[in-house]
Amino acid sequence: MDKTISGKTIQVNEEGYLTNFSEWDKDIALAISQEEHIEELGPKHWKIIEYLQDQFKQEIPLSIRKIGKSGVVDIEEFYALFPQGPLKKATKIAGIPKPASCI
Amino acid sequence: MNEDNGELKKMMIILSKASLENVYAAFILANGARMEGIEAEMFFTFFGLEAVNKKKLEHLHVATVGNPAMHIPTLIGGLPGMEALATSMMKKEMEKLDMPGVHEFLDILKASGVKLWACKLAMEMFHLKKEDMYDGIGGIITVGEFYKKSSGKGTHMMFI
Repeated sequence: MDKTISGKTIQVNEEGYLTNFSEWDKDIALAISQEEHIEELGPKHWKIIEYLQDQFKQEIPLSIRKIGKSGVVDIEEFYALFPQGPLKKATKIAGIPKPASCI
Repeated sequence: MNEDNGELKKMMIILSKASLENVYAAFILANGARMEGIEAEMFFTFFGLEAVNKKKLEHLHVATVGNPAMHIPTLIGGLPGMEALATSMMKKEMEKLDMPGVHEFLDILKASGVKLWACKLAMEMFHLKKEDMYDGIGGIITVGEFYKKSSGKGTHMMFI
C-alpha cells in the first residue's frame, strides 16, 4: 500500500514496513522513528541502522543474539535505544523487512 | 480478553522442569515476549531450578523416556547413554538455528530485561544458596511475592 511520509510516497506492507528498500532515505527513517515514539536518532542509532541494512543486503537473517555479537551494540543498550521491541522497531526504521526470528 | 482490549503486557513464566526441551520452551517464550515489547519475568521452581544452577545448567538433558514424540521405544530410551545421544543431536540442530547454549541464553534474557526469580521453598528443599545460582538471579522469593509481581492489567501467567 502507499504511504505518504516526510513529503514522499513510499510502498509499505500492512504493518508499515517498507517493501522497497530503494525508497528509503534518512528523512523517512526520522519520520518512522517519530511514529515509533523514539524522540531522536543519535549516532549509535544510525550505526545500528547501517549494520541492519548491511546484514539485509548480504541476506543474513537477523536475531537478537547476532546483534549482541555484532560489536556494534550490546543487547542491553539495543533495548535501551529502541525500547519496546528493538529488533522490530529498528528494522522498520531501517526500511528493511521485519525479522521472522524467535530468538 | 476484553479487558484492556486483551492487550498482553507482561508474561509471568514458571519453569518447574529441567529437561532441555522445557527449559528452551520457557526461555524462547520469555525472550520472544521481550522482542515484542512485552515484559517478562521467570520463576524457577522445583527441578526448574537446575536451569539456573551454575553447576547443572550446562548439563541439562532431553527426556528420552516418557516422551512419545521422541519416537524412541521407552525401553531403549532408558538405556545408558541414550539421553546424552539425543541431547547432543538436539544441541547440534539448535546450533544450526543459531540458538544459544543455556548460559548464554540466560545472559541474553538478563540483558533483554527479563527478571529471573528463584523459588524460596524449592531452594530450601534442594539445600541451595544464592551463590550456587546463576549471577543474574534477581532474588529468592516466595510464591506470594511472585503473585505480587504479577499484578496489573494485561499480565498472563504460564506454567511449564
